Amino acid sequence: MNKPLDARTLAPAGADERWKREYAEQIGRDRACENRSGIAIKPLYTNADWDGTRHDADLGYPGQPPYTRGIYATMHRGRTWSQRQLIGLGTPADYNARLTALIDQGTTAISLIPCNSVFRGYDMDEVDPELLGTCGVVVNSADHMDECLAGVDIGGMSCAMNDPSPFTLLAFLLAVARRRGVPFSAITGTSNQSDYLSHYVANHMFFRIALPGARRILADHIDFCVRWVPRWNPMSVVGQHMQQAGATPAQAMAFTLATALQNADDCVARGMDPDAFLPRFTFFFDVSVSFFEEVAKFRAGRRIWARLVRERYGAKDPRSLRFKFHAQTSGVDLTRQQPLNNIARVTLQAMAGIFGGLQSLHTDAYDEVLSCPTEFGARIAVATQNILREEAHLTDVIDPLGGSYYVEALTAQMEEAILRDLAAVQDAGGMYAAVESGLVQRLIGESARRFQAKVESGEQTIVGVNAYRVDETASDRPPVQGVADDAIRAHLSAFATWKATRPQARIAKALDALARAANDARANVFAGVVAAADAGCTHGEICGTLRRELGFGHVQAIV
Amino acid sequence: MTTIPKVLVTKIGLDGHDRGSRVVAAHLRDAGMEVIYTPPWQSIDAVVNLALEEDVDVIGISSLATDHRIVPKLMRALADAQLDGVAVIVGGIVPDADEAMLLEAGVARVFHPGTSLDEIAVYIRSIVPALREARGHALEDQP
Repeated sequence: MNKPLDARTLAPAGADERWKREYAEQIGRDRACENRSGIAIKPLYTNADWDGTRHDADLGYPGQPPYTRGIYATMHRGRTWSQRQLIGLGTPADYNARLTALIDQGTTAISLIPCNSVFRGYDMDEVDPELLGTCGVVVNSADHMDECLAGVDIGGMSCAMNDPSPFTLLAFLLAVARRRGVPFSAITGTSNQSDYLSHYVANHMFFRIALPGARRILADHIDFCVRWVPRWNPMSVVGQHMQQAGATPAQAMAFTLATALQNADDCVARGMDPDAFLPRFTFFFDVSVSFFEEVAKFRAGRRIWARLVRERYGAKDPRSLRFKFHAQTSGVDLTRQQPLNNIARVTLQAMAGIFGGLQSLHTDAYDEVLSCPTEFGARIAVATQNILREEAHLTDVIDPLGGSYYVEALTAQMEEAILRDLAAVQDAGGMYAAVESGLVQRLIGESARRFQAKVESGEQTIVGVNAYRVDETASDRPPVQGVADDAIRAHLSAFATWKATRPQARIAKALDALARAANDARANVFAGVVAAADAGCTHGEICGTLRRELGFGHVQAIV
Repeated sequence: MTTIPKVLVTKIGLDGHDRGSRVVAAHLRDAGMEVIYTPPWQSIDAVVNLALEEDVDVIGISSLATDHRIVPKLMRALADAQLDGVAVIVGGIVPDADEAMLLEAGVARVFHPGTSLDEIAVYIRSIVPALREARGHALEDQP
């Protein structure tokens, strides 16, 4: 048997210097490499950048502080991520058919995307009918929710609702639970889009009450859920909108953490125990094709959150320190040109999220850039997750990129960048003040323009857009998802009939109670929303009442 | 001699994704145009009034989530207000079949994702002289 080689003959003294010399000689003029967060990327990372002796301090073990390697001891090997595809189109019956089909194909959690009219606080009879059901399901009442979830075991499946303040969709779900005899304590899931600050910053898609009212309703909602729907996550802090709007990955993480701190501060200010509400905080992020940067973003965010929560709030429950997050592959990276290429992009994005340690994943359909996804496109998006999990075995090893010199060095650098951006917001008085003043909106707008300039100059290649173009005509593009106008018309007319035949006194009484709660600082507004939904009030009636009592949140014009 | 185009960049309908409208507005402004930018959620009446009051050459509608489906209503409202010398352009996610519908309704041009900002600016400059003429404006000399 050969003697083992002497390490010195493999890497003699001065090997690093020799490599540097040879690299410089052979590369000629080196390319400047910088990731989207502005961090310079070196050609090689070694144990000079990170060495294994720092494993325990920097990383720890999965399920242990600082959670760099993951928030659970078993991570994806024990329980895979929730496969949560966004669904929403047409009428409740259309939604139910799509949901049932996706459950058959392996979707393990429910998501519900309502129509833009719902997002904006209106019932279907208050908006242009051309816009109904084109981007989400038209759900305006507890009856509609019941129809959406017909045949679905709501006590056995986690339900994520894209449900901005005042959270009528959860109120409708709770009304359905009562009808079906399912206890609130069995209801699990997340109020996606509960983060009103992210809506003010970067996604004006949602109805909003003026900032002070929005702030109060969120705290009421968290308080209500912690007491009565204990397995529900009332707070989803959203970084996704901000990154989609142009924030760099580091900025998106920083502003999200700043938002989480703001909301936690608000809960503490009303006397809530951090260990009672922090375990129910979740996060929602965009994941771009900038693969290593995204992996590092998530690992760094997890580490920062655990430390912040312990230091700032003295949280003791390990569940308070765990940075649970859902990721959605970034639609901004997808191209209309050669749209099938989007399948490759989504695969890469999904891998970055998985290696980043996500708990829940939505993969975009390749045709999302053309229209609301077709069922065919949605099926490929689900299959992509199934392939990554069961064919490629990405779930076998926990944090498989951990210990890579590059990934660890980049995680540390992203952490620094995130902390810098976070400090800028905190110095401006925290996220609420920084949003009120427009600071965060301006920073994101600048980043969006910088990225676009790189695309325009060709510094950032987008395949099929500014490079590797082919001539395409309409016939090269896949068919898009149509909206059945007849079904929408029938839905509208049934709604009008139903509204007219409701016991009007009961509706008026519930809305009056809601208005009084809005004007009584000791009352819980969300409890009023739940009662109104249960009494048969519609989404538009509830939003309209609160808009009247608490004021409307206008959009600032910031270019 | 240069003509400074006057452009209203806005969003009608329900959606509020404004990355595109903000980036385009900022670029047109930096390219030397006079830009009137509004946040999302404008009503059709508000857009028509703004176009009248500001005497704009072009209305740019950004649509990411099917709001383009009510652009034909905007076209009718502009015609009712006799704003025929104003061009409407639409940018964003517009399926092919809908593009045909928009052009049929009188939209001057639809810009799809991946369009360069310069292409939009060059197009606007190319159509402004004829629009001014249609509205009976003398082409103003600018320094």
